[in-house]
Amino acid sequence: MLTKVHMEALSPTMEEGQVVKWLKIEGDSVSEGDVLAEIETDKAVMELVARGGGLLRAVLLSEGGTAPVGEVIAVIAEANEDISLFEKQDQPTSPATTTEDTPLSGEVLAVPLSQPEQSGEKVVAEKGPGLEGQRIKSSPLARKLAEKSGLELQSISGTGPAGRIVRKDIEAALNTQAATVARPIVSVGGPEEYEDIPLTQMRKTIARRLSESIGPVPHFFLTVSVDMSKWTEARSQINRMLDTHGVKISYNDIIIKATAVALKMHPECNAHWMQSSIRRFNAVHIGVATAVEDGLITPVIRNAHSLGLREIHDEVRRLAEKAKNKMLKPEEYTGGTFSISNLGMYGIQEFTAVINPPEAAILAVGSLESGQMKLTMSCDHRVIDGAVGARFLKTLKEILEEPAAGFI
Amino acid sequence: MSELSKKTRKNSLDKEKMIELLKRMLLYRRFEEKAGESYAIGKIGGFCHLHIGQEAVAAGCIAPLRKEDYVIGTYREHTQALAKGVAPEAVMAELYGKAPGTSGGLGGSMHIFGSDVGFMGGHGIVGGQLALALGIAWGIHYRGGDQVCVCFLGDAAVNQGAFHESLNMAAIWNLPVIYAVENNAYGMGTKFSRVSETEMSQKSASHGVPARIIDGQDVVSTYTDFTEIVEEVRQGAGPQFVDVQCYRFKGHSMSDPVSGTYRSKKEVEDKTENADPITTLADQMFDSALLTPEELKEMDMEAREIIRRAEAFAESAPEPDTKSLYDNVYSEINPNGRLFFDGRVI
Amino acid sequence: MAEITYRDALNQALVEEMERDESVFLLGEEVAEYDGAYKVSKGLLERFGDKRVVDTPISELGFTGLGVGAAMVGLRPVVEFMTFNFSFLAIDQLINSAAKMGSMSGGQVTAPMVLRGPSGAALQLGSQHSQACEAWYLHAPGLKVVTPGTPADAKGLLKTAIRDNDPVVFMESELLYNLKGEVPDGEEFLIPLGVADLKREGGDVSIITHGQMIHVALRAADQLAKKGLEADVLDLRSLRPLDVESILESVAKTNRAVCLEEGWSYGGVGAQVTSILMEEAFDDLDAPVLRVTQADVPMPYNKRLEAWAKPNVARLVEACEKVCYV
Repeated sequence: MLTKVHMEALSPTMEEGQVVKWLKIEGDSVSEGDVLAEIETDKAVMELVARGGGLLRAVLLSEGGTAPVGEVIAVIAEANEDISLFEKQDQPTSPATTTEDTPLSGEVLAVPLSQPEQSGEKVVAEKGPGLEGQRIKSSPLARKLAEKSGLELQSISGTGPAGRIVRKDIEAALNTQAATVARPIVSVGGPEEYEDIPLTQMRKTIARRLSESIGPVPHFFLTVSVDMSKWTEARSQINRMLDTHGVKISYNDIIIKATAVALKMHPECNAHWMQSSIRRFNAVHIGVATAVEDGLITPVIRNAHSLGLREIHDEVRRLAEKAKNKMLKPEEYTGGTFSISNLGMYGIQEFTAVINPPEAAILAVGSLESGQMKLTMSCDHRVIDGAVGARFLKTLKEILEEPAAGFI
Repeated sequence: MSELSKKTRKNSLDKEKMIELLKRMLLYRRFEEKAGESYAIGKIGGFCHLHIGQEAVAAGCIAPLRKEDYVIGTYREHTQALAKGVAPEAVMAELYGKAPGTSGGLGGSMHIFGSDVGFMGGHGIVGGQLALALGIAWGIHYRGGDQVCVCFLGDAAVNQGAFHESLNMAAIWNLPVIYAVENNAYGMGTKFSRVSETEMSQKSASHGVPARIIDGQDVVSTYTDFTEIVEEVRQGAGPQFVDVQCYRFKGHSMSDPVSGTYRSKKEVEDKTENADPITTLADQMFDSALLTPEELKEMDMEAREIIRRAEAFAESAPEPDTKSLYDNVYSEINPNGRLFFDGRVI
Repeated sequence: MAEITYRDALNQALVEEMERDESVFLLGEEVAEYDGAYKVSKGLLERFGDKRVVDTPISELGFTGLGVGAAMVGLRPVVEFMTFNFSFLAIDQLINSAAKMGSMSGGQVTAPMVLRGPSGAALQLGSQHSQACEAWYLHAPGLKVVTPGTPADAKGLLKTAIRDNDPVVFMESELLYNLKGEVPDGEEFLIPLGVADLKREGGDVSIITHGQMIHVALRAADQLAKKGLEADVLDLRSLRPLDVESILESVAKTNRAVCLEEGWSYGGVGAQVTSILMEEAFDDLDAPVLRVTQADVPMPYNKRLEAWAKPNVARLVEACEKVCYV
């Protein structure tokens, strides 16, 4: 029986994938479940497995080639089956006129998208050729819009034919449509773990007016100065206790913990903007912005509110290591309810961070100088009003200035 | 034909008319010689078909016409334009592709027009002008005027469908059009007898259009016969077909040999020596003591001077403005929409 | 405002313009005693006499040349081709005489005339009688080309074409002659050449079309609307002069275009419109412009094959969806 091998959505946000390496070649015998290829998604290198058995009759996308999710990139069939319908993808396509009988939305695109591959145990670490030097396909209009709104095309995935970036992709990028959240790929938690708050008319008006005023995510910024001298002392004590284990708690770990505790007390800041409602979470999942070689990824410390400092420390290290090796699984970098970006180690005294939608806020952490540290929270005004954000920061400041407060 | 021949007699013209015809032919001859010379030194480009040897046709067929009558011709039409009254300066400037040319330099040798004197153009597609002449004659008929339209065609054009379609319709509606074949015996390099089973004079017979044969190398005969024909048509005789037998002294166009491939040198020499329409008329007048060699020389100098001035005018005339390219493609600039798609901005 | 057929709209235009201007006359095959092969000239012979309504022999080259010649001396002929398929016999006069007269005479002589008749396929008439001919004439500067698709446009544009000072190729459609529609009253109901008409407004995709294809486009737009896509149906009406502004305006709004035409694709109207969009609307495009045309073959006789060869609603819907990435 003929089995089409599609470019599968191997990450929740993946719109297209690049073949790093084919592990089977044309003519190889293939059983269902065999790993066929390594695919680089927008986030990591993943394995593509066969969904049927037979011979790998045709490989339609060469190594290094890119295809949108859903496109047929190989064909598995018996030796005598007719596979003439499938032609090689990376041949130049002739300019289309529509006088032919060929259906305009061809079979290839009509195939429903497969469910994302979940069996990511054997993640291939080898890094595939990146996108550098490759032409990014985009419509002229998309380029114009991107330039106008200061968007980098590299940061956008195209949904048009052959991954072409089109108007709606730019609009999606601008609009912070909660596309990633809308896909129930990585569960943030059961329904009991969050509460959806319907928008009041007033809230709707605030959301609309503020979006019109400043952009799709109406940011505002609150800065507070924190005296960390007590935590400096406490940290030394803790690290002395952990010395035998070779563990050294960082200020960052402390800030994550303190933030989680504060968020638990101020759930209105532990929320997502869902377009038609605001989702407040009971659990606190903190995204920790982490620089990697060619960009930035935000691994998520799940249930940070219920973890001890050492657990947080271990989790941060584990995820940072995986991020560096591009081995993060989708569920490890999605589903955050609040993010922290710390540039203190670079000597940055204070800065503003950009919200990672649909999250409602992000905390920018500056350097520690003479026991003083500045925290700046960027808030999505549609979710968090000034006073609400200020109250949260006040609590956070208290916890950071008085370590015992975290236990109240 | 016989009736006409009886009426027409050579030397029946008065001296004044003969001198006029002689002067006309001298002017046409010198004009064409100058055109040939200018072509040779690259002042004139493209195709250029000279009328040398056939001056009696231009003079004899057009001199009988009124200003409001129409003439439409082929691409061998410089002298016919002059004959109908277009200024030599304007024709020469057109050959030079200059702005004061008859078509502002956009027409060239094959497309000389002088609508103000009823010269409705030289046309480049063999036979095409026959249908246009039909329409011009229809216009006269429609308005009930008494003008005539003379349409020149080469002998090769009678094999075109347009010839038969036009003669048929001209006959149906009895239109005032004279189809005058400049029968120089060769369609470019092909002798007429090789491409037609029937004689020229039989060509109009199936349409009921009378045919006449005229000696086109003898201007007096051409003029006299044509005067008769024009008057008959003006009186409502309907379309006429005239086989004007003549001879081209030069090649079909500038790039063609005068002789050698399709006609012998001897044939051409024999015609130039014995059938030159200018010499023929001058000799007749010498014989009748109507002209002295000195007078002829003086007339010739006059013609040469006119042509010299025309040439000097053309030489010094300005080039057309590039913008003029677009000026007359349409008769007016449409207020809405786009007419030109070349994307050029002038 | 009265509801009349496309045929009667043309007839009214002829009557009114012949009444208004004595230099206007009609000639062609079967236009007088027979009342016109498609009855467009019904009653005209009786009304205007045989000098102004002229039956010609079957001599397309000859009578077209007659028209050009008459125009050269100031008349305003309306030359009827029984169908534009026969105009190819006269193409020398259209291209070499009419189109070039103004330019090659330096503006001394012009050819104000109308060359009209049905163009495009009707039903099962076979290859020689079923072709959309506009592209042939669009190619030549000096000609204007007009393709009305409704009774009102037929009347308003024919009157304007007759009054125009250049040769106007005026293409009607056999399948439209019986189409009824509202036509404004009044002898001064004129539609200017070079002004397109937005026959339906939508924001998602521009269908750029002309002539009888506008009805295919409108049906396709209905179907698209059911699927949630709203189409602009832009009826070009006149192909030369071409209302480029309206094309650009529509595409600036929708960012996508599909050109629909009855004729062949190669060197067709859509090819030209597409080229204009490339040159002048590149940054507005979110998808490549597509064309829906006749199959690139001579029209077959077989009914099923003929239907397949013609551009149709389904193909147009598909193309619109494709440029919308649906």
